Amino acid sequence: MKQLIVSPAPHFHSGDSVRKNMLLVIIALLPAYAVSVWQFGWGALITTAISVAACVLFEWLIAKYILKQKSTIGDLSAVLTGLLLAFNLPSNLPWWIVIIGALVAIGVAKMSFGGLGQNIFNPALVGRVFMLISFPAQMTTWPEAKGFATSYVDATTGATPLAALKTLLDKGATDDKVSDALSALPEMWDILIGKMGGSLGEVSALLLLAGGIFLIATRVITWHIPVSIMATVALFAAVTGWAGLLPESVATGEYVMMTLCTGGMMLGAWFMATDYVTSPMSNCGKLIFGVGIGVIVMVIRTWGAYPEGMSFAILIMNACAPLLNLIRPKRFGEKKKA
Amino acid sequence: MNLILISLAVLGVTGLVAAVLLYLVAQKFKVEEDPRIDEVQEALPGANCGGCGFAGCRAFAEGCVKADSLDGLLCPVGGAPTMKTVGEILGMAVGNIDPKVAVVRCNGTCEARPKTSIYDGAKSCQILHNCYVGESACPFGCLGCGDCVAACEFDAIHMNPETGLPEVDDEKCTSCGKCVSACPRNIIELRKKGPKSRRMVVMCVNKDKGAVARKACTNACIGCSKCQKVCEFDAITIENNLAYIDYNKCRLCRKCEDACPTGAIHAVNFPPRKPKAEAPAAAPAAPKAAPVAKPAVEKPAAEAPVANVEPKQEEAKA
Amino acid sequence: MKSTFRIGGVHPHDNKQYSVHQPITECALPTKAIIPLVQHIGAPAQAVVEKGQKVKVGELIAKAGGFVSANIHAPFSGTITKIDTTIDAWGMKMPAIFMDVEGDEWLETIDRSNDIVRKLDYEPKAIIDKVQEAGIVGLGGACFPTHVKLMPPPGKTAEVLIVNGVECEPYLTCDHQLMLEKGEEIIIGIQLLMRALNIPKAIIGIEANKPDAIKHMTALASKVLGIEVKALKLKYPQGGEKQLIDACIRRQVPSGALPIEVGAVVDNVATIYAVYEAVQKNKPLISRVMTVTGKSVAKPGNYDVRFGTPLTDVVALAGGVPEDTGKVIGGGPMMGRAMSNIDMPSNKRVSGLLFLPEAESMRQEITNCVRCGKCVGACPMGLEPWLLSKQAWHSMWDEMEDHNIMDCIECGCCQFTCPSHLPLLDYVRMGKAKVGGLIRARQMANK
Repeated sequence: MKQLIVSPAPHFHSGDSVRKNMLLVIIALLPAYAVSVWQFGWGALITTAISVAACVLFEWLIAKYILKQKSTIGDLSAVLTGLLLAFNLPSNLPWWIVIIGALVAIGVAKMSFGGLGQNIFNPALVGRVFMLISFPAQMTTWPEAKGFATSYVDATTGATPLAALKTLLDKGATDDKVSDALSALPEMWDILIGKMGGSLGEVSALLLLAGGIFLIATRVITWHIPVSIMATVALFAAVTGWAGLLPESVATGEYVMMTLCTGGMMLGAWFMATDYVTSPMSNCGKLIFGVGIGVIVMVIRTWGAYPEGMSFAILIMNACAPLLNLIRPKRFGEKKKA
Repeated sequence: MNLILISLAVLGVTGLVAAVLLYLVAQKFKVEEDPRIDEVQEALPGANCGGCGFAGCRAFAEGCVKADSLDGLLCPVGGAPTMKTVGEILGMAVGNIDPKVAVVRCNGTCEARPKTSIYDGAKSCQILHNCYVGESACPFGCLGCGDCVAACEFDAIHMNPETGLPEVDDEKCTSCGKCVSACPRNIIELRKKGPKSRRMVVMCVNKDKGAVARKACTNACIGCSKCQKVCEFDAITIENNLAYIDYNKCRLCRKCEDACPTGAIHAVNFPPRKPKAEAPAAAPAAPKAAPVAKPAVEKPAAEAPVANVEPKQEEAKA
Repeated sequence: MKSTFRIGGVHPHDNKQYSVHQPITECALPTKAIIPLVQHIGAPAQAVVEKGQKVKVGELIAKAGGFVSANIHAPFSGTITKIDTTIDAWGMKMPAIFMDVEGDEWLETIDRSNDIVRKLDYEPKAIIDKVQEAGIVGLGGACFPTHVKLMPPPGKTAEVLIVNGVECEPYLTCDHQLMLEKGEEIIIGIQLLMRALNIPKAIIGIEANKPDAIKHMTALASKVLGIEVKALKLKYPQGGEKQLIDACIRRQVPSGALPIEVGAVVDNVATIYAVYEAVQKNKPLISRVMTVTGKSVAKPGNYDVRFGTPLTDVVALAGGVPEDTGKVIGGGPMMGRAMSNIDMPSNKRVSGLLFLPEAESMRQEITNCVRCGKCVGACPMGLEPWLLSKQAWHSMWDEMEDHNIMDCIECGCCQFTCPSHLPLLDYVRMGKAKVGGLIRARQMANK
């Protein structure tokens, strides 16, 4: 008889793989991406193409020539990093800045730690924050959403809804400024479908939410992180409203919705914070992680210098993830200590 | 100008006060330590491998300083030269230290030991050992997953892809014993390195009855005791169907190697023999050669093997 | 609302379609048989027969080697040829009795008719003695001697008997078929055990993928006071003792404790059928139902096999070893052990033979851990497999003990779910063995 294959149990596998998970996340991002292309036209396509290509190329080069390991681009994680990075950029960002961002994301934030699974911080967000600090002007110039009429090189620019909100929150603002800001605030429906200024991928709150629900349904992510972030943010925003911190012209309900749907909140909560490598593993850890992000982002938005703050909040909590991994899950039959 | 002077003065005085405080506190909490500990530690290799049985080089140095004599204390990495330095520092005599080396006592190569199954679990000897007999039918032999290779901190042990067995680099091996404890089957033994690294080893640990062992591996020791009979120095013992050569008694005469019907006894690092010595007549004639061989062996050991080869050639010619 | 256990679990495809509803067929007698002396957890049994001795079916041939051990009876009539060692399916040696099979002559005391005996007025002690005498062990997989479970340690009282009809391992169908064919006997067996333990209540847990068994057993149980059938949601490892208790009565057995701590005694349906046969028919445990299955097996089915029959005979009955076989598993695919040969005799431990085609036999390539935490979510004991496997790799035994490695039930959920295909359980199991050894050594030293 021929030789049999032996191995310890289990002999069965769910068929899950890293590649499959990455692919599902990419699929979940596609509807929102379609809206971005519809809103920002060629800029969205070009920026994304450059970002994805640069990320994959850098990963391949570094794995081959510096780390001298087997290339890992096949697991699609570099493609996903590139896509997420592009989602966080204004659609008319000069191509060379995108490439620098990709180098920082893949080279510094991911490969220098040893590749997929070893990094502490979310690569796409490190890339984005690096660009935000290095090229603040370019990174905060948002083209107006005009579909393919939006020029890649020379777009008319406008304020994001959150920047407008920030002005409203500022007590010292003159009446002129307040009325300008109020007129800059888009309608609720426009916010939901993504007809507003902002970074490439953050605009379509509804489709991002749908993508997130798709990820939960396919068991790629669990509900803990996104739900705890959204709940914390909503609660924080509501308390801000009740405490009278808002100008009279903005209703509390509207403010809560606005906070949840703009400024990369959806993108961050469903796709960036849930990154496997940089989030805690136990359910309890995930909940604390989410609440932490929610609180930090609202503190930045309310009192900080930046109008949004999702990137910073996630990066700060990324640093806490190893600490949160010390929280042990509830064991079977464990008695509560009296 | 005034400002500079004042700042200088303030900083200077602060620094001075801090220095005095530091000195006083250091004096107060000073731990009296034998300065020789530092000296001994300096002399050690600093690998912190734990091969000496202590937690690290510092602990070993403390152990040496506290000990009444250096008997039984050995840094396997540094070997004799290091221990001599340590002895000089402490003013103690150092006994004769034979350098040792790790020896993998299995010669079940891919050809000799047919595979009976294909293992597809985690690549770890310990895991394979816990649940299966291994990929071959030998329940004692090398599992080939390389736990010893992973355990070695000196890059001295490597898998040979042709034989599927680990091989020790005598030059790099420090006999720290990490591989010995890593092997779940106790195949690796620390043996006397021998003159010019020459040594005789039974490369098998199979305790099964001859026929069973032979069926699993054609290179297995079958416990036939032929080697024991040809050995003139009582160096070979047979226990549980398995021969063992006591390296303290062995004089490297190589007779057992010729006597072994399965080739389980290996002569390591000897110069290659001339083809004639391989003639089958050599083995039965070996006892006759004994009187000739004996004085030769008592010469400086390094020459022994050479001396040994010659009489056999004569036998073969005759 | 169907209940299930509360922590972790996975949903492997059950693949029971190959052998489900295949009637239990008796396997033909071999000409030579090898009866292993280790067929249970605990001390090996001691042979009480000699070379050349003639034995009849059901005669005691090996006595239990201690309290936690089990008797072994002759499954065949014939002559003992030798008592020696044989090689088991993983290549290790095991002591065994070799015999030549001659005819099929049974002990006269055994009732071989198919009549159902409903007599119940036994003393509890008499039932337990009978179970111990018949060498009955847990046939669900662990093979823990059943009589030990029936004698709760002083100070502990049993409140409920939980009957394991879950069969959560994919592919296996032997318990399912046994419930369909021998339902009435099983109900009587349950009543016997309730009497032996002096408890008024029993729950039969059956997973939702066996609706006909649920219906059949519910109909039978409704006639008897105190027996209830509980349909359970499909989830692996529901057949694990602790998980089943949690699913049935919502109580969690504390770490390191036995089910009796929460007042439960768990027995498999096959074990209970054996109890019925031992008490009512005077028949010791000499055979069991085995599932032989796999995608390419010609005649997958459920076979009643006497212990000692070479597995090759059983395989021949199912149409021989399929051409494309890469792996043969003794038991189910989640916890069964892959065999390196199928020359081993059948015994109390082997609940099934599963032939996996070559394409499904090799593990996938291992990639980096991406810290997704899916293993943490899947672990039914609430452990952290990723951490434990890393600690085992680094030989951090004390830390492993601190992280409750000994709670691991080796169900394989972590490795099943790992997207990086890491051999998590391989390392965890190795660490568990190591830590268990260290703990025992410490206890010995403290005595």
